[in-house]
Amino acid sequence: MAKMHITTTINGEPTEFLCDPQQSMLDVLRDNLGLTGSKEGCGSGDCGACSITLDGRLVCACLMLAPEAEGKKIETVEGIAKGDQLHPLQKKFVEFAALQCGICTPGVLVAAKALLEKNNNPTETEVRFWLAGNLCRCTGYDKIIRAVMDVAADMRGAAR
Amino acid sequence: MSTGKYKWIGTRVDRPDGADKVTGRARFGADFNMPGQLIGRVLRSPHAHAIIKSVDTSAAEKLPGVKAVVTAKDLPEQPNVIVPAGEMQVNLRDITRNILAREKVLFEGHPIAAVAATTDAIAKQAVELIKVEYEVLPHVIDVTEAMKPGAPVLHDHLITEGVKPAPTKASNIAKRMDNTKGDFEAGLKQAEIVVEREYTTQAVHQGYIEPHATLASAAEDGQVQLWSTTQGHFQVRGFVSRLLGIETSQIRVTPSEIGGGFGGKTVVYLEPIAVRLSQKSGKPVKMVMTREEVFRASGPAPGGTVRVKLGAKKDGTIVAAECEIALQAGAFPGSPLGPACWTSFACYDIPNIKVVGFDVVSNRPKVAAYRAPGAPISAWGVESTLDVLALELGMDPIDLRLKNAAKKGTKTSYGPTFDTIGFVETLEAVKKSAHYKTPPKPGYARGVAAGFWFNVGADSSAASHVAEDGTVTVISGNPDIGGSRASLALMAAEELGVDYSKVRPIIADTSSIGFNFVTGGSRVTFATGLAVVNSVRDMIRELKVRAAKTWGVDPDAVIWEDGVAKPAGSNVGEFEPLTLSQLAATAGKTGGPINGHAQLNAQGAGPGFGVHVVDLKVDRDTGCVHIDRYTAAQDVGTAIHPSYVEGQIQGGAVQGIGWALNEEYIYNAKGRLDNAGFLDYRMPVASDLPMIDALVVEVPNPHHPYGVRGVGEVPIVPPLAAVGNAVARSINIRMTDLPLSPPRLSAAIDAATPKMAAE
Ligand code: FES
Ligand code: FES
Repeated sequence: MAKMHITTTINGEPTEFLCDPQQSMLDVLRDNLGLTGSKEGCGSGDCGACSITLDGRLVCACLMLAPEAEGKKIETVEGIAKGDQLHPLQKKFVEFAALQCGICTPGVLVAAKALLEKNNNPTETEVRFWLAGNLCRCTGYDKIIRAVMDVAADMRGAAR
Repeated sequence: MSTGKYKWIGTRVDRPDGADKVTGRARFGADFNMPGQLIGRVLRSPHAHAIIKSVDTSAAEKLPGVKAVVTAKDLPEQPNVIVPAGEMQVNLRDITRNILAREKVLFEGHPIAAVAATTDAIAKQAVELIKVEYEVLPHVIDVTEAMKPGAPVLHDHLITEGVKPAPTKASNIAKRMDNTKGDFEAGLKQAEIVVEREYTTQAVHQGYIEPHATLASAAEDGQVQLWSTTQGHFQVRGFVSRLLGIETSQIRVTPSEIGGGFGGKTVVYLEPIAVRLSQKSGKPVKMVMTREEVFRASGPAPGGTVRVKLGAKKDGTIVAAECEIALQAGAFPGSPLGPACWTSFACYDIPNIKVVGFDVVSNRPKVAAYRAPGAPISAWGVESTLDVLALELGMDPIDLRLKNAAKKGTKTSYGPTFDTIGFVETLEAVKKSAHYKTPPKPGYARGVAAGFWFNVGADSSAASHVAEDGTVTVISGNPDIGGSRASLALMAAEELGVDYSKVRPIIADTSSIGFNFVTGGSRVTFATGLAVVNSVRDMIRELKVRAAKTWGVDPDAVIWEDGVAKPAGSNVGEFEPLTLSQLAATAGKTGGPINGHAQLNAQGAGPGFGVHVVDLKVDRDTGCVHIDRYTAAQDVGTAIHPSYVEGQIQGGAVQGIGWALNEEYIYNAKGRLDNAGFLDYRMPVASDLPMIDALVVEVPNPHHPYGVRGVGEVPIVPPLAAVGNAVARSINIRMTDLPLSPPRLSAAIDAATPKMAAE
C-alpha cells in the first residue's frame, strides 16, 4: 500500500513523515520518529500511557490514526521541558516521588499539564477524575495527585 | 523518621534517574531497537486444553519477509528438575513447555510457534499462516472442580507429592503440604468460642503497565546480547542458558528500565524465543507482547479457596487455629503455596496451629509471583475470620490482634522464632492514629486487618569506584523498580560521609557485575543495600591504606570519618585530613585506582508487618463501594528514603484494594478468558480512591547496619480483609468470595433484604 505523506508540527518543530494509512500516531511517534517517550500500555485507549495533545486536546495516541496529524499541532512528553529547564510538573514529580517505575509518568505529565492549562485551581476530585484515564499500578495515585495539586497552587501563587 | 541519627538516610532526596523518567528519555523494554532488527510474533492456542497433532509452518516460512520460524522442536528437551525462579520454583521440563507448547496446549494463549519477519505486519500475517491440528480435550478452570475425581487431568505423570502412601493415579493435585505447631485438636478442646468460615479468591494480574519486551541479538560466533524488561537479568541469562544450551558467559543481558513487575517479571516468556529466532535468522529480533497477551499468557497470581477455623477463650486469647488452602498453580505445578501456608498465622502467637495446603493445576496460564506471593489469599481468610471472632466477642479488632500478637521470641508454625519485630508497635501506632481515634463518618463503616511478609535476603554483588575527581560510582545488579537507586546511593553516601550528589548509582548488565538475585521479595534495599554498604566499606579500607601510604604510617593508624581520612590519634602524628578528591588525585602514586567490592548471601531479612484501616460505605442500590479514608501502617525497619517507602505502602495497598473490589480473571464456558484488557479487567483508577495515609513505623532490623527491612510486599497483604471487614460491618453480611464487585454485592444485598411485597 502506498505510504501517506503527512506534514505536521510536533513539540513546535515542523515535521514530515510517511506512514501507512492505518498506522497509529503512537507507532509513528515511537517507530518512525524515534519519540519513544510516549508509551504503549494497552493499545486500546484504556491506560493513558500514550497520552499526547492534538491542537491542545488530550488524546490517546494509540487511538489516533497518524494521518489525522496533518496540519495539526502535537505535543508529547518530549516537549514538556523547555531547553534545559524542567517544567514545574516534572520537577514536582521528582521532588514528591510521584513516580516509581515511571512508565505511566509521560502520559500522566501530558494529561496533568493539559488539566492545569485549562484549570489552575482544580479540586482533588477534579484532578482524580481528570487523571482517571491514566493508569498507574505503582503509586496508588496519592503522590501524583499531591504533586499536581501542589504545582497548581504554585502556579496560582506565581500568577498573583 | 530517622533524621537526626543520620545525615542522608531518612532524607527525601531527588532520585538519580528522576530527570530521565519525567522527560521520556528513560529507555524501557520496548524502547530498544537495533539496526536491521526483525519483529517477532507468537502464535497462541485458542483452546484451553488440546493435543497438538501437528504444526505446519511451511506457508509461513514461504511468506516474503519472514526470516525465521520456531516451534518447540527448536528448544532442547529439559530434565524433570526444579530450579528457583525468583520467589517461586519452576521445573525445567515445564518451563520449556510454558514457553513453547509440546505435546499439548494447556491454556488459552499458550504459545505454540513464533516467527520473525521484517515488519510487524508481515510477522502477524505469518502467524496466521501456521496451521495447527488440535484434538480438543475437556478442560477444567476452577480449582475445586480440578481437585475432584474424574476431572480432566492435565498431566498424565502428575502424582501428588506429599501424600503417603503416594497415589497411584495421576491427578491435578500437584502437592499437599502442611505445617503444624502444638496440637490443634487438643487446643480446640480448650476453646470457649469457635468460628469457622470458607472463602474464595479469583486469579488477579500483577497489572504492570509495561508489557513484556525483549530484543535479542545472537552473533555468528555464538555470543548473545539481550535487552529485556525484567526484575532479574541474571535470571534471564540463567534461563536462556539452560533452555537453549548456551554457555552462561556467552550471554550478556542488559536490563532496560522496568515499567512495573510486582513479581510478574521474574519469569521468562519471550527471551528464549527471541534468541532462537535471532540465531536462526542471523538478525536481531525484537518482541513485545500486546496487553491481551500479557493477560492471557503472563502472570497472573492464583485464585484459591481458604477455610479457616479459630478457637478462642472469651477474653480473646486464641488457643487453636487451622487453615486449609488450595491454590491455582495454572497449567503447571508451582503456586506460591508455601508462603501462603507459612504466612497464614505468622502475625499471631498461637500455641496450636494446623495448616494444610494444596497446589492444583488447571487450564489457566501458569501463575507467577505477585507481591507477597500467596500471602494475601491466606490473610483474606484468616483476617476475615478474626473479624468474625472480634464481632462475636464484642472486642475491638485492634485489641484482639494485640492480645494475640507475635513478638520477639514467638515461634512460628513454619519453624523460625522471631527476632526483633514490630507488629505490636504497628498495631499501637494505628490505635493512636488520628484516623482510628475518629469514628467513621455517618453511613461509613470501618474495617481493620493485618498482614505479614518474611522479606528476602539472598545473593547480591556490588562494587564501588572512586573516580579521578573523587566522586563515586556505586555499581549493583538489580533493576530499579521503584526508587532503589536512590536508597542505595543514600546508604553509600551515609557510609562514606560524602554528599549524596557525589554518589552515582549504576545498574550493571550481567557481564559487568557479579551475580544478583532478582529484584523481588522486598530484598533490594536490604540485601543489595548490604552489598553496597560492604563494597563502600571495602573501598574505605583501601582509602585508609592510601592515606597511610601518603603519611608513611600504618593503615591501622588511619580512621575514616565524615568523608575524610584522619590520623587515629595524636600519637600517629600531625596530618591534615585527606579528602576523597585528594586521595583520588594521588591514587596513581599510592597504588592505582581505588575500588571496593562485595558479594554476599544476605541472611537476617527482617520480617515486616502491616495493619490497615479503611472507612467505606456500600451503595445499597448499585453495590458500589466508596472508600472515604485509608490508613496503612507498617514496620519498615528504617525508612531509607521515606517517600519511596510511603510509595511502596500506598501502591501495595491500592493493588490490594483492587484485588478486594474488582479485579478477577473471568472465564467463559470454553475456558477462554473473557476480560483480557484494561477496560474489563478493572484496576483502580485515581477517581476510585482517597489519599492513602502511610503510617511508617520504624523498628530497626538488627541484622542490617542501617536497620533495613523489606517494605514492598507487606502492604498488599492486609487490604483484602480490611475492605471485606469494613463491608461486613457496613451491610451486615459477611462476604466470603472476592472480588466484592458491584454485581456480587448488590446480589448479596438483594438476597438478604426481605422482599418488599407491596412494591
Ligand atoms: S496505550 Fe494508548 S491508552 Fe494505553
Ligand atoms: S509509576 Fe509505575 S505505573 Fe505509575
